[in-house]
Formats: sequence, C-alpha cells, structure tokens
Amino acid sequence: MSEARPRSERWAPRQVARRVWSVIALPLISILLALIVGAIVIIASQLVLPGAQFNLLLPLTAYSALLQGAFGSFDAIVDTLVATAPLVLGGLSVGFAFKAGLFNIGAQGQFLLGALASVAVGVAVAGSSPLVAISLALLAGLLAGAAWGFIPGFLKAVSGAHEVVVTIMLNYIAIAVIAAVVGGPLRQQGRPEAITPDVGNAALPILIGNSGHAGIVLALVAVAFIAWLLFRTTLGFEVRTVGANPDAARYAGMRPRLLTMLTMSIAGGLAGLAGAVVVLGVTHLMTPSFGTTVGFDSIAVALLGRTNPVGIVFAALLFGALRAGATLMQIEAGIPVELIDVLQATILLFLVAAPVLRRVFRLRGVKTGIESTETITKTYGSETVTG
Amino acid sequence: MDALVSALYGIPIVGLVFQLGGYLIAVLPSIAPGILQAATPIAFAALCGVMCERAGVVNIGIEGIMITAAFVGWYTGVLLAPSMGSVDLGLFGANLALVIGLIVALLSGVVVSALHAWLSISVRADQIISGTIINIAAFGLTGYLNNLISKTSPNGAGSFTQFRLPREVLDLPIVGWIIGMFLNQGPIAMSVIVIVVVFQVLLFRSRWGLRSRAVGEHPRAAETVGIDVIRVRYRNVLLGGVFAALGGAYLSMEATNSFQQGMTTGRGFIGLAAMIVGRWSPVGAFGAALLFSSSTALGNSIKFSLPSGDLGTILGSLPDQFYDALPYLVTIVILAGVVGRSVPPAADGQPYEREATT
Repeated sequence: MSEARPRSERWAPRQVARRVWSVIALPLISILLALIVGAIVIIASQLVLPGAQFNLLLPLTAYSALLQGAFGSFDAIVDTLVATAPLVLGGLSVGFAFKAGLFNIGAQGQFLLGALASVAVGVAVAGSSPLVAISLALLAGLLAGAAWGFIPGFLKAVSGAHEVVVTIMLNYIAIAVIAAVVGGPLRQQGRPEAITPDVGNAALPILIGNSGHAGIVLALVAVAFIAWLLFRTTLGFEVRTVGANPDAARYAGMRPRLLTMLTMSIAGGLAGLAGAVVVLGVTHLMTPSFGTTVGFDSIAVALLGRTNPVGIVFAALLFGALRAGATLMQIEAGIPVELIDVLQATILLFLVAAPVLRRVFRLRGVKTGIESTETITKTYGSETVTG
Repeated sequence: MDALVSALYGIPIVGLVFQLGGYLIAVLPSIAPGILQAATPIAFAALCGVMCERAGVVNIGIEGIMITAAFVGWYTGVLLAPSMGSVDLGLFGANLALVIGLIVALLSGVVVSALHAWLSISVRADQIISGTIINIAAFGLTGYLNNLISKTSPNGAGSFTQFRLPREVLDLPIVGWIIGMFLNQGPIAMSVIVIVVVFQVLLFRSRWGLRSRAVGEHPRAAETVGIDVIRVRYRNVLLGGVFAALGGAYLSMEATNSFQQGMTTGRGFIGLAAMIVGRWSPVGAFGAALLFSSSTALGNSIKFSLPSGDLGTILGSLPDQFYDALPYLVTIVILAGVVGRSVPPAADGQPYEREATT
C-alpha cells in the first residue's frame, strides 16, 4: 500500500510516527500492564503473608528504586549495559532458532557450557598477550556453546526428538558438568572453597566507566552479523524459509535436516558467547554453582523483540535494566528479585494475548504481538523435519 | 555357583556386564520402593501430558503447574497448621491441615491450567509459547513468595507418611519386594497406580475417552458428529492440571515436608519425554517413568554403596555429579532412540477454529 505513495509522503512525520506506533504499541501496552500486575502482586503478597506491614505505596517505592538502580547514575547506566550485553547475545540465539521454527529453550545450558569453556581456556592462556588470550577464550566459549546446541539439532534431525525436551535435559546436565569440572580439574589449588583461578589476561578490557567491558561492543557486532546472515545471505534465506514453511523449503531443494543442525549450532554458539562475555567481562572466574538467569531471560528477549535482531537489542535493554535495577529494589524496598520474572512472564502473557488486547484497546493496524513462532508447535512430536 | 559367578565376573569388559547384572539383582529389592517414589512426579507429569495432548493441546507448562501446586500445598499447610495441624486423621500420618493443603494444591493446578487452556484454546496462541510463559510465571511467583516467606522459616503441616506393612510380608522372596514397591508407600505414590489403570481403561474404553481422542485426532470430524471440541479440550486440560498438581504436591507434601525453590528440577519435562516414549498411553507413560526413575534410584544406590570388583572401581572414579545428571542423560538417550516410532495425535498443538455456521 505505502509503496504506491510518493516517497516524500511515505517519510512524512505522520507516516513515520504511524509506522513506529504500529510496531511499538503492543509491547508498550504490555509493559505498562505488566507493571500494573506487578504492583498488584506486591500489594497482594503483603496480604497473604502474615506479619508483613501493609503499605499501599510499596509498589511505587519498589519501581522508583528499580529505575534508580537501572538509570539513576552513570555507573547504574553502565551496569545496565553490562547486564544487557549477554541478553543481546542470548536473545539472538533464541531468536535465530525461532526464525528456523526451532525453540532453543536450552540457551541456559549453552550459556553455562560456553562460560565453562572460556574460563578453562582463559585460565590456561592467562599469561599470554591479551589479544591472543581473549580471542582464544571467546572462541572456546563460542565453540562449546555451538557443540551443546548441535546435540539437540542433531537428535532432532536424525530421530525427531523434540528440541524442547532435549535442550531442557541438557540444561540440567550442564549444571552437573560445571559442578564436576569446577569442583574437580579446574579447581584452584590451596583454596578452601571450590573456585577456578582467575582468567588473567583473557579478561575483557574495560571501555566505559568502572565495569563497561568490551562485551557490549561484541554484542552489537553480533547483532549486525546475525542481521546480515539472516537477511543478506542464502543461508539466512533458507533458515527463514524452513521456519516459515518446511514443506515449501524441501520442495525448493533445501535440506531441512542440515539446516536444523546448523541453526541449532549457530544458536548454541551465540548463547555460548553470552556465557563467555559474562565470565571474561564480569566474574573472571567460576564457582561450582555458577548460574545466572541469562539463558531464560533470552527467551523473553527474543519474543519481545519479535525475533528481529534490532528488536532484540531494545528488548535486551529493557530486561538488562530490570535485572540491573532489581538489586537496588531488593535492598531499598525488600522486594525479591524474582519480581522481574513475574514482570517478564506478564509482558509475554499480554503479547501472546495480543488479539484480546487489540479488541480491548481498539488498536487498529498494529502488528501482532509475537511473530514467526507458528511452526514451532506444528513441528511438535515426530512430525518433525522429514526430508 | 560362586566359582561360576567369579569366573563370569573375571572376563575382561564383558565381565563388567555380569557384574552390573549381579549388582542389579542384589540391590533391586531394596531400591524398588525408591523407583516408584522417583517415578511418581514424573508419571503424574506424563499423565497430564497424555490428558492434554490426546485432546490436541500441547502442554509444556506442566513444570510450572507442578511447582505452583508444590508451593501452594505446602504454604496452605503452613497457614492452617496452627489451627488444624493437630487434628490427626489416623491414616498415612495425615492431619486436617495437610489434607486441606493437598486439596488447595490441586485447585491451584486447575487454575494454572485454566490459563493455559484459555491461551491455547480460546486465544489460539502458540501452545508452546503459552506453556513457556506459564513456566516463567510459576517459577517467578513461587520464588518471589518463597523468598518473602523463608525469612520467617515457618513450620509446615508435615508430610504424608508411608503405609507400614508387616515385616513378614516384606521379607517374602520376590513377592515381598514387589508388594513393598507398591504398598510400602505414601498415599500419593500409591494413587498413581490406580489412576494409571483407571485412566488407561477410560481413555480407550469409554465414551469420554473416544471423544477426547477424536478431538485430538480430527477435531473437524468430531465437531461434525456433534462433539463440542472446545469444551472437551477445556475439560481435558483442566483435568490434566489435577494430575500435574498431584505430582507437584507429592514433592512438597510426601517426598519432603517443605518447599524448595525450583524443586521440580525438570520433572515436568522428563514427564513429557515419558509420555512420548510411552506413545501417549497412560500405561506406557507410567512404564517409561519407571524406566527413567530407575536410573535415579540406581544412581543413589551406587552413591550409597559401590558394587564390588572392577565395576565398583570404575563407577567410584566417576564424579558424584555424573549420577546427578544420569536421569537427564537416560531421558535423552531413550527419547532419541524411541521417538521416531512414536506418533503423536494428529491434531496435537493445532488451535481449533469453528467454521462459520451461516
């Protein structure tokens, strides 16, 4: 429709505003509604729990602390960016798999394995020059994540085992692997507690403020790379075609089995890189109980970002800010950080219920809440890739 | 006999297989009750899966329903224990607070299921995304509340205890340990067997079962012969919620007496694997759950007492975490080996839209 209009009119402020609104209307409404639901949860939990003081304004205290913790100072903003970087990579991981009609619910396991591998290599090359050490450690994380992602891709391609069950199992196996390796071969000698040595020169350089490491730049590079891969290469076209219509892809001579393995490996590599960025940029070492919420948050990031690389950046920024601000919220308002999970689930809930929202708020011409996930449930069970 | 055994055990490599067989025969009677206990939450998750998917609704939110029920059951017990905790009901160590807690837990499972049913049946959202949202919400909400509650470390209403059989029965060879496996149990673990059998018969022999399966295989045809597809799907998803809730309640009210954050540890998903391996039938799913859980029980047994000989040396050199990961490994291997020959209901995961009537 808009193509028919003259170019000047298409870029008129009103047209641009309408197009921007059509993309952000539903996410924005979902986020606002989720904040309201979160406030209700905070108030209601005071009623359920005996002995808690009743404070109707507690949600306001909590949210202002959240905002303060996320954007209140230069350091806070840098912390938000640091929390955002792995979410961008994880969101790309889940989003890329979505494009091919695959649900990478196992980003968490790939994240953990990537983190483990880059610590192992980082410790081994801790004395080399930073350039060599960082490259090797990042590469190790990438490859370990890719290997962990290849397993469900391979199993789905050869046997039809659904990636949802397999990747969840691999998440739990990854936890055990980390506990075994950090408590065993990687354990630093002469320390009472199980902990790995420091990664030394493999640590990512700090670019902004006290904690803004180079992983933030790396994440943006990955966004550009994945956008290029998806929309400018044959591989990307094939991935999107398999995701949109596996049968059509097969008739066009594409190989869905191969694409499944490749997609899951790339997705795993991205999640592994996210793990590498966290250990090389923030913690510099690992404990047996190493774990973050990055892998699970990535699912919400990918869905809120509509599996689009640029959308994922903004979604990651939102959840990065929530995670970064949650600590201050817990300290100042006594609200457990799990509230962020509740907000996350509620945002997704409203996005998924987009048809209802559109009816209630009389939104016309806005895009659907969640895109390109239709084939995931369709390929459930054994009717997976057949060709 | 002993000479034969030691000769078999002495063969290189192959001897390990005999040693494993010998170890299994030796420990099976003692770990048999443990197998059913570990299988109970997995079996209930699988039954929930069968109930939903036979009617054409994919439910990966089982894990979330379980953790919700585990929390709600335990916390209801905490709230009621001061007033009703001392009303002893005389069976399975149950008191009134515990029983009401269980009922409320089941109701909470139905409520969470209703959300999934609404999203996947009425809103026609992607069912896997809907299930994922339920998992995130359930883990977030229970973690949030548990975090607030655990500051006061309250006392719960306790837990259901095992039915005590007379020692003489349990000491019978073979028969004794089979009886012990099924009857030396708490009420929820015992009920799983009854539910599996009843569910199997109803699903394949009753009008309700026929209708459920028709809705899952070919909803359009079912609608044509006058079956209300939407209603059948709602009913089955809500009933499935009761099963998943029983599995969750088992964890916090029978296996232990308190709630721990994330205590389901993937059992809902192992249940889905059991459902697939068991070919979407209750008895098959229960069998698969037993298979998966025997790896848990065996792992615990090996940690507790190593087998003798070379096998023991090898198993003992593995890190403890290997046995933690064993159930997940076994699930992947069996799932990958079986799934190609296991066919889901034809309309599984597809939202149903009524045709326009005019």
